Amino acid sequence: MLAKEIRFHGRGGQGAVLAARMLASACAVEGKYVASFPMFGFERRGMPVVAFTRFDDQPIREKTQVYAPDALVVIDPTLLGIRALFDGLKPEGILVLNSPRPLVEAPHPSVHKAAVINATAVALCEIGRDVPNTCLLGALARATGWVSLDSVLAGLAEHLEGDMLKKNIRNAERGYHEVEVLTW
Amino acid sequence: MAVSLDRQRKVITGNAAAAYAAMLCRPDVVAAYPITPQSEVVEQLAKFHADGWLDCEYVTVEGENSAQNVVCAATMAGGRAFTATSSYGLVYMYDAMFNTAGYRAPVVMVNVNREPPGIHAVCAGQQDMISVRDTGWVQLVVENCQEILDTVIMAFRLAEDFEIQLPVMVNYDGYYLSFLAESVDIPGIAEVDRYLEVLKSQPRRPRLLPGQAVGCGSHGIGTGYVELRKKHMAAMERVKSKLEEIEEEFAAMFGRKYGGQIEEYRTDDAEILLVTSGSAVGTARTVIDAKRAEGINVGLVKLRLFRPFPRERLSEVLRGRKAIGVLDRSICFGWDCGPLYMEIRALTPEVGIVPMLSFIDGLANMDITKEHIGQMIDAIVSAAQKKSYRQVTWLP
Repeated sequence: MLAKEIRFHGRGGQGAVLAARMLASACAVEGKYVASFPMFGFERRGMPVVAFTRFDDQPIREKTQVYAPDALVVIDPTLLGIRALFDGLKPEGILVLNSPRPLVEAPHPSVHKAAVINATAVALCEIGRDVPNTCLLGALARATGWVSLDSVLAGLAEHLEGDMLKKNIRNAERGYHEVEVLTW
Repeated sequence: MAVSLDRQRKVITGNAAAAYAAMLCRPDVVAAYPITPQSEVVEQLAKFHADGWLDCEYVTVEGENSAQNVVCAATMAGGRAFTATSSYGLVYMYDAMFNTAGYRAPVVMVNVNREPPGIHAVCAGQQDMISVRDTGWVQLVVENCQEILDTVIMAFRLAEDFEIQLPVMVNYDGYYLSFLAESVDIPGIAEVDRYLEVLKSQPRRPRLLPGQAVGCGSHGIGTGYVELRKKHMAAMERVKSKLEEIEEEFAAMFGRKYGGQIEEYRTDDAEILLVTSGSAVGTARTVIDAKRAEGINVGLVKLRLFRPFPRERLSEVLRGRKAIGVLDRSICFGWDCGPLYMEIRALTPEVGIVPMLSFIDGLANMDITKEHIGQMIDAIVSAAQKKSYRQVTWLP
């Protein structure tokens, strides 16, 4: 069974919704069935946003939110304090985290594997703005092997163009090459 | 998003699927006002128009009431017209919707289901479409992004058919479908042209033209009113067979079909049934499969056509079961149950007296989860075993 479920946590403006969609596009490039949608109330910059991506080798019929993710992608490190953040993370699941500091210990008892990168620093360098989403997609691809870097870059091209695409390709490539994977 | 009018497969949202479908049908006029969770439909169509892909009169309006009046007038002048709305926008065009239907103006409209005013909720819910039930519009409800695209295309065939000439509203759940990105087969514009071509060979519907007076909705006194109402009602009844006919043609051309008025899923030997509509159908399919694996003979009925109500086909499929559950994403004030449930109860003389259970779930973005649907099926099983049951259950 190839089916995986990924839950993204970010804040309005950081690209969580787009990252979830770009991951779906990347998996579709590899011939997988995909589904991705966000869940938020009002569209407001800075509000916590959750987004979901599913991929499978079978058609995806359920239209529900993701409750038992195989991966949690946390785009904004200030969200680590949210009580329900780690709810349902599978024991073999992975946390993909944007963190300004190296992780010394598991941020939650249910986290046994984490892929960590200072994606904000990478994004400020490559894009000039704090939009760390595509860097974390590169990190996710490397840490899980679920999707190739080439497919991730093809997924970006479905949603971005011109200079912005070039910058985000660098952002994702650096996420892929510079991510640190930890286990506990 | 790179645009193309050739056949393609792309990961797009439900909203983008609706916009693509509208564009491929070459509307003469588009007039719509943005509202969450529909805004992307308007943004996409405006962009298609601005970039030269969509050759139409694009009317930027100051609100939904004007949008509905513009598209109504456009179809009465003989054009093809499209609009899209949701929730507050839908109720803001309430009076205009009666006009469009009463004038038999074949507008196609997308309504992205969201809770209506009262308790401010920028959230999914089907109460908006229920609230315009009696405006005289045809209403369809769909399950996924592909079905959104396909149904909007079919809606133009249905609305403009000479035997129908009614406005058609295609409903899909806000958030769970409007923002859902899935792989969608987008037909080429030449294929869509071929599918819609038959409309050109039909008799021309009456049109308002400068210098040629035609009375519309202006002689509704006594018998004249009754005659128009009866004709409207008869056209509404013809929608049932017409929908199945045009869907057969759609299937022959595009290879996809949805069951016309209703779709039955694993109903053949089912002792109990769950009836629902919208995005919950997809989730319910997975739960039905799981319950079947446990040895429970349960089936699913997807209500695709809400107006006219598919009385005959529903009666046929519901008859002879031991218990029936109906899942609503809205409520029916004054009946203390779900609206679809209320309508299905009205089929009791045809269906027979069996336990009928109303489930209300998914209000205001609440997730209709697999666990919830599992609980509903367990309750229907229990009722079928002649145990006492609750007629109405709110989840969670």
